[in-house]
Amino acid sequence: MEKLLKKRWWKIVTVVLLVYTILGGFLFDVPRLHILNEGIRNTHFHVPMWFAMITVMLVSVIYSIRYLLSNEMKHDFYAVEFANAGILFGILGLVTGMIWANYTWGAAWSGDAKQNNTAIALLIYLAYLVLRNSLNDQGRRARISAIYNIFAFAALIPLLYILPRMTGSSLHPGSGGNSTFGDIDLDNRLRMVFYPAILGWTLLGIWLASLRVRLRLVEHRKEELDLQ
Amino acid sequence: MKKLILILLIFLSLNLQAQEPTLPGAENTKVEMADTMRQEGKIYVVVAVVVAILSGLLIYTVVIDRKVARLEKKLEE
Repeated sequence: MEKLLKKRWWKIVTVVLLVYTILGGFLFDVPRLHILNEGIRNTHFHVPMWFAMITVMLVSVIYSIRYLLSNEMKHDFYAVEFANAGILFGILGLVTGMIWANYTWGAAWSGDAKQNNTAIALLIYLAYLVLRNSLNDQGRRARISAIYNIFAFAALIPLLYILPRMTGSSLHPGSGGNSTFGDIDLDNRLRMVFYPAILGWTLLGIWLASLRVRLRLVEHRKEELDLQ
Repeated sequence: MKKLILILLIFLSLNLQAQEPTLPGAENTKVEMADTMRQEGKIYVVVAVVVAILSGLLIYTVVIDRKVARLEKKLEE
């Protein structure tokens, strides 16, 4: 994995995809819908934040499980740094959503099911960081936070993807009685930028997480060398 | 590199359509859009600004990437 993270090619792909996302996102034609107006272009920026977040959180919990099985510190580094990236994208997603909602739904916060549950999910992950901070022994910190991480990720699924769809009323496409995301708010012109955007933003999240992981690994190795 | 260009061109070719699909509720001339900005070419200002921001962030990321690579190399010795 470390070898793959150091490679250059997928980082170039990231840059190309993100530049394409911005150029296409602003310059391509979009459906002309009332209320959304030009804001529909936010689809390429707000929504991919969540794809990136869930991808990166999934990687984090996988490494948490791997740590529990192997007890190797490096797995803990991956778990925490990918969780950090996930929290960053979660916050960005929430804030961009609030900005968008302010002009489209009339208020930055509407108590929409997905909005509320996302805030809860983020709090759960922030508690993961607090938990880590409260444990001084490396091994205990890694083990206990790994177990917490599993529960935190497990909570994401019902919170973000099941409960909002079951609720009576929601403002989000796809949730609470509204037609699906791909139905009215997305067409092939948007999809041309949207899909590459998802990939681009996700790769960026992985890139940022990988840098922090590599940094931790370097520090860890330096410590081990100093102790010898 | 050639694969990349090919993939990019394939994506661009998806834009070719005989008929524009219309979505329900799309009254093309009545919905207010940023047409004025586009007519006056101002949309390119927006694009330039965002590209500038993104470039700054990406260059920063690359710089950090190089720094970490250097540290890793140093530790190999």
